[in-house]
Amino acid sequence: MSGFAQGWSTIAARAVRASLLLAVVAMAPPAHAITADTPLVEPRLEARAILLHKVLRCLVCQNQSIHDSNADLARDMRRIVRDRIATGASDEAVIQSIVARYGDWVLLRPPFKTKTLALWLGPAVILMLATAGVLAYFRRRRTKAATAPPLTAEEQRRLNALLDEPS
Amino acid sequence: MRLGYFTPLAVFAVLALALGIGLTLEPRNIPSALIGELVPTFDLPPVAGRELGLASADLKGGEVALVNVFASWCGACRIEHPLLMALSRQGVVPVHGLAYKDRSANAARWLNQFGDPYRRIGLDLDGRVGIDWGVYGVPESFIVDGRGVIVAKHIGPITQRDLNETILPAIARARQR
Amino acid sequence: MIAEIGHFALVLALLLALVQGTLPLWGAARGDGALIGLARPAANAQFLFIAVAFLALMQGYIVSDFSIANVAENSHTAKPLLYKISGVWGNHEGSMVLWVLILSLFGAAIAVFGGNLPAELRARVLAIQGLIGAGFLLFILFTSNPFVRIVPPPLEGRGLNPLLQDPGLAFHPPFLYLGYVGFSVAFSFAIAALIEGRVDPAWARWVRPWTLAAWCFLTIGVALGSWWAYYELGWGGWWFWDPVENASFMPWLSGTALLHTAIVVEKRGSLKSWTVLLAIVTFSLSMLGTFLVRSGVLSSVHAFAVDPARGVFILAFLILVVGGSLALFAVRAPALKATGLFAPISREGGLVLNNLLLTCAAATVFLGTMYPLFLDALTGEKVSVGPPYFNATFGPLMVPLIAAMAVGPMLPWKRADLAGALARLKAAFAAAVVVALITWYLAAGGPVLAILGMGLAAWVTVGALVELADRLKLLRAPLGESWSRARQLPRSAYGMALAHGGLGLVLMGIVASTAWQTERLQIMRPGETASLAGYEFTFEGTRSLAGPNFAALRGLFRVSRDGAPVAILNPETRTYPTPPMQTTEAAIRLTPTGDLYAVLGEADGTGGFATRLYHKPLIHWIWFGTLIMVIGGLVSLSDRRHRIGAPARRRLRPLAPAPAAKPAEA
Repeated sequence: MSGFAQGWSTIAARAVRASLLLAVVAMAPPAHAITADTPLVEPRLEARAILLHKVLRCLVCQNQSIHDSNADLARDMRRIVRDRIATGASDEAVIQSIVARYGDWVLLRPPFKTKTLALWLGPAVILMLATAGVLAYFRRRRTKAATAPPLTAEEQRRLNALLDEPS
Repeated sequence: MRLGYFTPLAVFAVLALALGIGLTLEPRNIPSALIGELVPTFDLPPVAGRELGLASADLKGGEVALVNVFASWCGACRIEHPLLMALSRQGVVPVHGLAYKDRSANAARWLNQFGDPYRRIGLDLDGRVGIDWGVYGVPESFIVDGRGVIVAKHIGPITQRDLNETILPAIARARQR
Repeated sequence: MIAEIGHFALVLALLLALVQGTLPLWGAARGDGALIGLARPAANAQFLFIAVAFLALMQGYIVSDFSIANVAENSHTAKPLLYKISGVWGNHEGSMVLWVLILSLFGAAIAVFGGNLPAELRARVLAIQGLIGAGFLLFILFTSNPFVRIVPPPLEGRGLNPLLQDPGLAFHPPFLYLGYVGFSVAFSFAIAALIEGRVDPAWARWVRPWTLAAWCFLTIGVALGSWWAYYELGWGGWWFWDPVENASFMPWLSGTALLHTAIVVEKRGSLKSWTVLLAIVTFSLSMLGTFLVRSGVLSSVHAFAVDPARGVFILAFLILVVGGSLALFAVRAPALKATGLFAPISREGGLVLNNLLLTCAAATVFLGTMYPLFLDALTGEKVSVGPPYFNATFGPLMVPLIAAMAVGPMLPWKRADLAGALARLKAAFAAAVVVALITWYLAAGGPVLAILGMGLAAWVTVGALVELADRLKLLRAPLGESWSRARQLPRSAYGMALAHGGLGLVLMGIVASTAWQTERLQIMRPGETASLAGYEFTFEGTRSLAGPNFAALRGLFRVSRDGAPVAILNPETRTYPTPPMQTTEAAIRLTPTGDLYAVLGEADGTGGFATRLYHKPLIHWIWFGTLIMVIGGLVSLSDRRHRIGAPARRRLRPLAPAPAAKPAEA
């Protein structure tokens, strides 16, 4: 949706870094409507192409796949994916060729690599730590209750007196 | 257990440090995946009124070169244009152009109007070659060494500061190899 | 002239905020009544002055005073009045003024309605509000002044972005800010409690309504943004896990947790330090969100102008406020003595589980959002975290939470019989199974997870109703008794049922629209028909028309089902001249089972047009469900026991024979 990106880039065009942003994002040829892609003739191949479009990121949009984006770059990338599928490449090979050009960044789903280990394992680790914390809290409360000092004889007598009172 | 109460503060301290460093970073500049790789194979025709097109073979001739991705419809390209003209005029480094998703007539008119710093220009009409180079916006510039290996990529218009801090040093390094 | 008045008002507000932020604190520490008494008038006056400034800025927009730089940047004479007004907060400087306006509004509300608070507590709370306000006012006056004049004034403004001229987008920031900033009240109460060294059930009783109000507003704000994206962005996406979206979602998650633990503090006196920490964390996440949007640290389409100087200021402020409060927590929280004990299986235990999962969910979203920054700062490597990550990690955390949502309210305090509670939920379980089976049948197989998701949603929605029915002893006692119970039941019980049930509806909308959406993308010529989900879409061509500030191409689709006409859809593509921009306006038609969604695209040059047609089952339940959740929150808020003024004074009845057993307390 480069129209959207372009709109926000007008706001951003104030600082020096933002002008770079403007240059990169907004400098695309004018057409922004959804594009008249030519689908692959064979429906099974076209279905594969669409699935691949959904996992590749549009680099000039935000968290959008090239399937959903109207940007020109997205259209170009869709065409490349279709061409490769038409020449018989496997899904794996097509993705790899795009990643070879744009890096892991182009995948919407961050790959599982050493640099994303903390990312993927993080939530489970956080959950485990938090659960351990909660269990420790319960155990601490229980021992605190268990080690509460017993009643003195005087207190016990008062307690009995209270309990025996008619309600 | 008293120490446990300091955990949130400790976590925040790490976060604040990261945010502070983050202010100095450029999140939108995605580094090129092609650094250290040979240029993709391509052969592009010249722009109207010029003889020399651009092909991958031209970049493997033993000379370090700057390949600049531009277009006549790109406003920011005009910002860096004078610098490219100066580079080319002073013979600092050969500058080649990749006219990205541009019509031949439009590119020719733009070059005639503003000046032509490029030794060779390849006309990439449908943008496929640009995608092969990992281009996602204009302008972008690549420094290619004598063997045709991409050694650096610059995103956005080149400023004098970029020239002094990144590009000229990268060219010097490439020449030493 | 008016702009200068506004500017001056901001300066006065800053001075008042500084006074409000310091003297009452000192007074509370010393027991000095005079200093303590400064808090309320200072808070009221601060609000008044900021309101003056805000109105001054608004006046500049309404009359298109382009000598004010902010107005010249962001407004235009051709804008409709409504959008001139909403333009006030559609930019960085103006939105900051809105921020402090709402902050001071809440401060003034505490001053006016907090008559029942002990004077020292109130003074401390208002002082913290004042300090926060002072920080933001300093930020505004030094780095983001909206009243800067521009000489010579331009003839026309530059702010005619058509995307911003939309009711959904125009009013999404105020609700969002009411939510974000509303959590400052809980924060101030938490800091005041830490300073005093005491959190008692009365404290929680005062904090809950403010937190609930902020939660309602934030829910509306987030939902509005999502709904806007759905109808405006052109392919029906409604949540992208974009960093700025996440920045508003994290305080919501943590605020929901806070809402629930505050109940435990109020009723049982436990989980005190945890609640205080949550109050600090929730507002800290709000402030963090402010930082992320305005500093350029994360790349996002939502981000305002990138200005490193501003980023440094906000970061310093963030460190001061959040770091300071967490340090105070580390030192003072151990002094907060918990009083109630409870078994793991109990209503308290259920709320602990609720909190555990919600905070882990917030932490997960946080990790995914900040990871690119962390990695870049640490190693210089770049990675991007897209929706698949969040869906894979956030979803699984929500499943046990939603399952537990039906069970928790059925558990009594202190110690509960889980088997008994589950037995009483038989009806909910049956409903879940029935819905799952119906879904399985309708979807002809369908993804297993989606079918289970629908069952889970039915479990929680019917579970909420079962809980109500249980309280009313429906079907177990004569109808008359149930009726009198229903009238005596506190509103918060109804509020909870609505909120939990509403979430079930939201879940159904999410599951159905994600799993069983169908789409067709093709080039259509006038007269052609495409069929989708049992509907026939016949394209009847386009025609050009002119709007107030755009030229449009409008397509016409006749939709029918089994021959009977259902709808006419008119998607458009619009071209705006200044700034030159093209937008797509999708045509959406709500039906009880789902949305019909049509988008018109480019012409292919030979008379055909690119078109996208979608059927999105139950998708509007997402926003209907959210609306019901908010209604539930408002119903709860109107509960007499939560009213911010007097704790309900029950008149003592003369001693009478033992009354019928009262329904369990909420």
